[in-house]
Amino acid sequence: MSDPVRIDLPLNRATARSLRAGQVVELFGEMYTARDAAHRRLIELIDSGGELPVDLTDITIYYVGPSPAPRGAPIGSAGPTSSYRMDPYSPLLIARGQTGMIGKGPRGEGVLAAMREYGAVYFAAVGGAAALIARTIKSYEVVAYDDLGAEALARITVEGFPCVVAQDSVGGDLYKRPK
Amino acid sequence: MKEIQFDAIVAAVRQMCIRGCTLADPRLLELLAAARRGEDNELADTILGQIEENARIAAGGGDESQRRPLCQDTGLAVFFVETGSDVRIVGGELTDAINRGVAQGYRDGYLRKSVVGDPVRRANTGDNTPAIVHLRLVSGDGLRIRYAAKGGGSENMSRIAMLKPADGIEGVKDFVVNAVAEAGGNPCPPLVVGVGIGGDFEQCAILAKESLFRPLGDPSGDEFYAGVESELLGRINSLGIGPMGLGGSTTALAVHVLTAACHIASLPVAVNLNCHSSRHEEVRL
Repeated sequence: MSDPVRIDLPLNRATARSLRAGQVVELFGEMYTARDAAHRRLIELIDSGGELPVDLTDITIYYVGPSPAPRGAPIGSAGPTSSYRMDPYSPLLIARGQTGMIGKGPRGEGVLAAMREYGAVYFAAVGGAAALIARTIKSYEVVAYDDLGAEALARITVEGFPCVVAQDSVGGDLYKRPK
Repeated sequence: MKEIQFDAIVAAVRQMCIRGCTLADPRLLELLAAARRGEDNELADTILGQIEENARIAAGGGDESQRRPLCQDTGLAVFFVETGSDVRIVGGELTDAINRGVAQGYRDGYLRKSVVGDPVRRANTGDNTPAIVHLRLVSGDGLRIRYAAKGGGSENMSRIAMLKPADGIEGVKDFVVNAVAEAGGNPCPPLVVGVGIGGDFEQCAILAKESLFRPLGDPSGDEFYAGVESELLGRINSLGIGPMGLGGSTTALAVHVLTAACHIASLPVAVNLNCHSSRHEEVRL
């Protein structure tokens, strides 16, 4: 396997469009964490015209609900959760600026269409590699929805976060299996 | 009559939760290493390498204070308990002791609390209780407690069907292979595939869950079903799903089948998948 490609966050549309399924990458910089509950609240805010707790432009969202941080560590174990549960919400967030998503398992057609239209990319991280991934997370700060506990919307800083481009903006898809 | 103290059960359960969620099963690591040697997909090899490295990090390099959960989803706590008819629990009820042990283990081990008290209103109970407890009365004076941390990603891909007896073993095999194919990358392959055949609607599902507790890689004691397990493993690994659904020949590490008697009109089959974090512990008191 060739060396991973280094990607600096935030991820602009042009870079997101340039990535191709199958590329093994390492992410550096700032991203956000959110799962179903936080996504639903963001969408409800957009629908009601409220002010969002984060600027969606060029952001990457990691689908994770970490285990509690032990003393002295910024975060507990932190592997990806199943992405299909975010499928109802992602197209609108992509339309409003989101360029990167990280989770596990394939995305639905609605998400893939939004990725093609606006330029966004879906990375797969290794489910269950939660202690390994946690080592690349250097800070964790809740920015909204503290009441959701592990499912809060948080800003994290990563150095060398390992993942692979699983579905890209031009139809490349590692989940398509030869029949 | 043998007396077992409530507090001894609490302590044993607490310890099982923490150990089970942080230390990878050595048999699982052996199966992973063997699968990796036979894997010619480069990305699959990279992913299997990350899973092995994750197990080393989670174990804390031999330093107990540095142990970390293998996976952030430390699951619902599921127990199969066999209590001897000559056992008396002193100081409280068995189920209460298990729940208290779970609450302590998930607090002290920095394990994630992943239980909501109501399936629709969804408020987190805060201590990962209540556990799922399958209790059986057996003869003798032993208390055997088996624990699994069952994550949501793999559990959500479970399937059950009431087949016709005429569907036979071929119908059962096709149902199992299709369940794994439809699950794809979601249940975190490489998997352990639990299969229940027979019983009635609910017993069949319990068989599938219980089959996951068998020591990994041990075949069924029934030669016929050992053959079914081996054939299913081959078919599943030729689906091309691979680790995390990203391609390769390592989709399952083992298939476990458990069976029970059933009605003349029925052929129930259930599939319960376990991710590669196959977390099981056992104690006897």
